[in-house]
Amino acid sequence: MSNGAPLLELEGVSKRFGPVQALDRVDFAVHAGEVIGLVGDNGAGKSTMVKTIAGIHAADEGTIRFDGAEVSIAKPQDATALGIATVYQDLALCDNLDVVANLFLGREEVSPGVGTASRQLDEARMEHQTGELLSNLAVTIPSLRSEVGTLSGGQRQQVAVARSLLGEPKVVLLDEPTAALGVAQTAQVLNLIRRLRERELGVVVISHNLVDVFEVADRIFVLRLGKAAGEFAAESTTEEHVVSAITGVGSGERKKAGGTEPADPGTGEEGR
Amino acid sequence: MSEAETATRPKETIRRLVQGDLASLRVLIGLALIWAIFQFENDRFLSAQNLTNLMLQIAATGLISIGVVYVLLLGEIDLSVGAVSGLAAAVMAVLNVKHGWNPYLAIAAAVAVGLGIGLLQGFLFSRFGIPSFVVTLAGLLAWQGALLQVLGSTGSINLTDSKITGLANTFYSDTIGWIFAAVVIGGYGAVLLLGHRRRVAAGLDSESPVRMGIRFAAVAVVTIVAVTVFNSDRGVPLAVLILLAFVVGMEYVVKRTGFGRHVFAVGGNSEAARRAGIRVNGVRVAVFGIAGTMAAIGGIMAASRLLAVNQNSGGNELLLLAIAGPVIAGTSLFGGRGSVWTALTGALVIGSISNGMDLLALSSAVKFMVTGGVLLLAVLVDAIARNQRSQTGRV
Repeated sequence: MSNGAPLLELEGVSKRFGPVQALDRVDFAVHAGEVIGLVGDNGAGKSTMVKTIAGIHAADEGTIRFDGAEVSIAKPQDATALGIATVYQDLALCDNLDVVANLFLGREEVSPGVGTASRQLDEARMEHQTGELLSNLAVTIPSLRSEVGTLSGGQRQQVAVARSLLGEPKVVLLDEPTAALGVAQTAQVLNLIRRLRERELGVVVISHNLVDVFEVADRIFVLRLGKAAGEFAAESTTEEHVVSAITGVGSGERKKAGGTEPADPGTGEEGR
Repeated sequence: MSEAETATRPKETIRRLVQGDLASLRVLIGLALIWAIFQFENDRFLSAQNLTNLMLQIAATGLISIGVVYVLLLGEIDLSVGAVSGLAAAVMAVLNVKHGWNPYLAIAAAVAVGLGIGLLQGFLFSRFGIPSFVVTLAGLLAWQGALLQVLGSTGSINLTDSKITGLANTFYSDTIGWIFAAVVIGGYGAVLLLGHRRRVAAGLDSESPVRMGIRFAAVAVVTIVAVTVFNSDRGVPLAVLILLAFVVGMEYVVKRTGFGRHVFAVGGNSEAARRAGIRVNGVRVAVFGIAGTMAAIGGIMAASRLLAVNQNSGGNELLLLAIAGPVIAGTSLFGGRGSVWTALTGALVIGSISNGMDLLALSSAVKFMVTGGVLLLAVLVDAIARNQRSQTGRV
């Protein structure tokens, strides 16, 4: 699955904020049909890295390749145009609008024929497309016309993820998608992430919750103090290894041993 | 079990009434109650003549309230609409009476003044982040001064042009009234049917035919009753048709177009709207432009009904009533919830109270206190609805 060239590749990417080295020569790659868990302590550079990919901060140095070609991502629109979608933790949904309206917010469809002149929204088509997309993703929502504010946290997260897919992205970045969710809702969201993988998307999940990361990720990428601190195949490592990479506590050899694992990216993929 | 079920149904309905999901039903019940009380106290209240007067009384306020609804949907406020309506009317009167402008040109100039003022206030509010409350409060004072300036030393201008006075004083014959009724009923039926067919064609569930039938019947009955009432007095007034046309048109814009969707989005969560690529400040400027335009149109209607523009035009309690109406009828002061119909229903509620108390010959003192009480009650209901929504996780 993750054979061939990576979809998105960072090479030696650094980012400074004044005296703070937020990212220090990080190499990172996402392949199609792969879920990467991006973990690290607070201030490790996870958010900076996601924002660099999403175009919020431009990288100071290093190269970013997308689909094998070197690209520059200077603003969010650049990332969107390449096919990189980001779902931030606050979801950015309008609670007073229904599911369909939120999905199509800012890219509403206008009716053909007479409706075009009056800029009439094509509600029927948007609702139809929403229904199709959500059922493809096996997202169940009581009614597409219910206000997003009435939905549960898990459903809202799923709506936000579904919305990011409307632009047909190739890479999806999810910022803490399971934070503050209950057990059942977390399971729903993790299922949705698996479905993104089935659609051959490259998925990057930032999370503090290692249990969730192990549940869904193929590879786990650890950042510590702005540096890559290890990369693990989820199936052949333990939480202990990852935690020691996150905290920097524990034997250095073990960390290094872990770090070599992604050299064989096929590991742990056969079963799927 | 079945007992519990039947017990929760009315409870559920009451909850939805309180929380504002059924705000339109709530205001209609309130209106029916008000009408019943006044009819009981004075049997001339529901006479054809008084109901026609009532509609003429609310036309100007209702038109101004349409623009206020847009501003409220953003979660903002425009305190200048009263003053703008007076200034626009004065501009029209001066151009037409003193400078001999063609009446339509004078009206167009007045509307342009309203639009320009609205756009300016919207720009100041969105560009510099000054609270809309302050920008439009400054506007309220400034445009009132401008009104006095434009009117000049006479302080009052009488309108004589039949094109202008005709706006509020034209009544159509019975036949034309029934043609309007047929157009409204036929048009509504066509819209229902087309919407139904479009949804079925897209493979979506559509409303049950029974419910569609009920809605169609309700609109048909209201239209027929209204035309019957108007016809047994002076006929269908042009002012009412203008008000209805603006309500339907502006409701269409806010509920069925991309721009309207963006207004709701900015009012609900401006940050989410911005990230979705919506030009938030553009929407804000446009909405204040609409408010200024509708204020000017309402001011023209008020002047036409009064047959004059004077220093009091757009003053007194006009501003407060124009804002109170939509809020009483269910448009939230907190943004993101409401409908243009509340401009009409709210004006009807306030107009009915004022008209009824006039019939009962109550003093202004009582009128103000009662209207104030009704406004407070309505805002209270809005606030309670909002609290309950946030308690159940809805904002």
